[in-house]
Amino acid sequence: MSKLPVLTRLAWRYLWRNHRRTIIMLSAVSIGVWAMIFMTALTRGMVDQMIKDGISVMPGHVQVHNPLFLDDPSVSNRIAIGDEQLGRLFDGAGFSGWASRVKVPAVITSERESRGVTLLGIDPVAEREFSFVSYDDVEGRFLEDVNDNGVVIGRKLADTLETRVGKRIVLMSQDPDNEIADRGFRVIGLFEASMPAFEEAYVFIGKKAAQKMLRIGDTTTEIVFVGDDYRNVEPTYELATAIVDDSLEVSRWYEIDTYLGTMLKVMDGFVLIWVVVIFLALSFGLVNTLVMAVFERIREIGLMLALGMKPASILGQIIIESMLLLLVGLLIGDVLAWATIQPLSGGIDISVVAEGMEMMGASSILYPKLYLSDMILANVVVLILGFLASLSPAWRASRYEPVEAITKV
Amino acid sequence: MNIVLRLAWRNLWRQPRRTWLTIGAMVFSNTLLVFLISIQFGMYGLMIDNTLQVFTGHMQVQVPGYKDDQKMRQTVSDVVPLASTLRREFPGGSIAARAWAFGLASSEERSYGVGVFGVEPEFEPTVSSIPGLVKEGRYLRDADAMEIVIGAILARNLRVAIGDELTLLGSGRDGSFAAAVVNVVGIFESGVADVDRNFAQLPLATFQDMFYMEGAGHQVVITAATLDDAEVLRPEIAAALPSDANLVVHDWDVLQPGLKQAIQADMSSAFFMYGILVILVAFSVLNTQLMSVLERTHEFGIVMSLGLKPGRLGRLVMLETALMGMLGLILGAIAGAIFTSWFTANGLSIPGMEEMAANFNLPARIFPEVTPWTMVAGPLVVFLFTLLAAAYPALRLHRLHPVEAMRAN
Repeated sequence: MSKLPVLTRLAWRYLWRNHRRTIIMLSAVSIGVWAMIFMTALTRGMVDQMIKDGISVMPGHVQVHNPLFLDDPSVSNRIAIGDEQLGRLFDGAGFSGWASRVKVPAVITSERESRGVTLLGIDPVAEREFSFVSYDDVEGRFLEDVNDNGVVIGRKLADTLETRVGKRIVLMSQDPDNEIADRGFRVIGLFEASMPAFEEAYVFIGKKAAQKMLRIGDTTTEIVFVGDDYRNVEPTYELATAIVDDSLEVSRWYEIDTYLGTMLKVMDGFVLIWVVVIFLALSFGLVNTLVMAVFERIREIGLMLALGMKPASILGQIIIESMLLLLVGLLIGDVLAWATIQPLSGGIDISVVAEGMEMMGASSILYPKLYLSDMILANVVVLILGFLASLSPAWRASRYEPVEAITKV
Repeated sequence: MNIVLRLAWRNLWRQPRRTWLTIGAMVFSNTLLVFLISIQFGMYGLMIDNTLQVFTGHMQVQVPGYKDDQKMRQTVSDVVPLASTLRREFPGGSIAARAWAFGLASSEERSYGVGVFGVEPEFEPTVSSIPGLVKEGRYLRDADAMEIVIGAILARNLRVAIGDELTLLGSGRDGSFAAAVVNVVGIFESGVADVDRNFAQLPLATFQDMFYMEGAGHQVVITAATLDDAEVLRPEIAAALPSDANLVVHDWDVLQPGLKQAIQADMSSAFFMYGILVILVAFSVLNTQLMSVLERTHEFGIVMSLGLKPGRLGRLVMLETALMGMLGLILGAIAGAIFTSWFTANGLSIPGMEEMAANFNLPARIFPEVTPWTMVAGPLVVFLFTLLAAAYPALRLHRLHPVEAMRAN
């Protein structure tokens, strides 16, 4: 172990003996590492945004429904607990945010057109923090409280319906007795969303107005809970499960939107595969460099062995040489990645393919996301695999017969 | 064999391990490229075909503006006669007229908003896969029967079975109230939740009666034998349209901009990855060739003092690289084809990807297909970059002074 500083110094000097070769290999490692991290940051950014958008529309990390509701979203399958009692159950129970809401499919009709939408009867105060609509950016105004009698619709939907703030529309759905329930509302606000599809799909009215229109007393169809981190929903899930009884179904976000759930899993797999593939492409050059480095100093290695250096020290020296090369390459690659991602953190506008991104469920601005864990993964994978790749040339170097090696031309 | 060629070949094998490692890098990248490109383009083809055959077809005749707003009054007048005229003139294409409206479908127990298509029962099967996907009951038969075919999820949500009645409510072309009672005769199941939940089809004449269309519709769908044929067909159709009718022909990529853009977005990220692989191989080659030139400095000095021009030596180095590149190309293309063929026979499925695949109308198991193009496209690019990488060592020879070079080593 005490030989380590000497060996490291030797290895470092050998590395710069043929500086051209080292520089070429360093460039290759740096570009490879840069590509690993850069590409990962781009895709991470995209998936993160997709999931955040998806969760903000759902909304919530955990939702509670009547077990029949997800398959048959009708008010007949509502949660049979009144709002007051819900408040007693959940207020102060330790949730970062929660809200109960009425969510049913409905038809919206203007004098020109009609479309199918999801009708949301909400408590605008409770949902302010986690709604996908930013209340202050609404043209006109957003709902003020549960008793608000207006309707807020998306800008795109307003265009299709040829309606605007101040005009009236009719909402039509179904009450628990399967009778048509409809009511006229005045449009009080138009919202914009990160994805046009949201602007077409959702219509907001006050919770009380919805309950009255659908004749469901003070009950709702869905309770949503927001935790702190979408990657760790278990605390929220357990808290919710402990409070509600078995007659209700508690689901995590990735169980409700299985597409998003898979995206997250596929993403983790992709990062690892991408890093390994790039390393493999690099490894041929790395092994080649080491083989050459050993080959051109066979005589010196022979001499060292003849002078009594242990084969293990030769082995160590070659491996240290490879590790030094990789470490410097990693350092440059990491800095390069950071330096290219940082200026892009304000978002990359890819709206030329906006509709394509929407098909994937992503918005048209891409925010690259540099995770420390991804960076560590890339660095660790490169070092471990690099160590394994250098074992064979290093082993061969340490096995030379001193006399044969010295006499080799 | 040409003497230069023989020389180049022999030089290559002076350091067999180094040459094989460099070729190894090429084979690795080429195998990966062949495999990925085969999957990628096969997937694009499937995505396009599967998406277009649901409703869109290869092109549609509409009035300008309809594709963006889909408003009831943006109609093609006398749509059935127009479709039959086109059908007569273009026997190579499959052509059918359609109308579309949004309505509320009510069964005894449930009401849901649905997109209702009015279709020509006789011709719809030639342009859409929906008629073939009827799993229960039968498809529509008469042009004016009071019948409806609905998606499987919609049927489940509405709680209706074959033979049950549905009430359809909507607004007609003139904004008046439209209603009809129809019989469910068929239930289709496409496997795409959005389609199975949101759509229904009526015979076109029934639709026109119900919505006061006065013979008008919204689109004439045209499908050619292949996508390439469609490109030829489009201008011909456009020319054949009555000049006074204010009609346009839209290509599939205009009707489904998301599809093309999703492909573009995917392509750009794929090309970034391929580019990195190719660059890493190029560095590997650069390193190898530079080393091989440097270690021959002495020998090159001798042949140059004997009168050999640096240009010829440079060509020798390029030829060595080309030979090496050719080996990499051939072995890589073959390895890639074999590797991919295994998946052609057995199919490739990534566990957990079914959801994602369904989002793009893709089957859960993909059978990549090797075509001559996918087999050589990637390897050819690698080959070109290989030559490019060798240019530096080759050009360096021009700076070589015979006397100094001979003194080297």
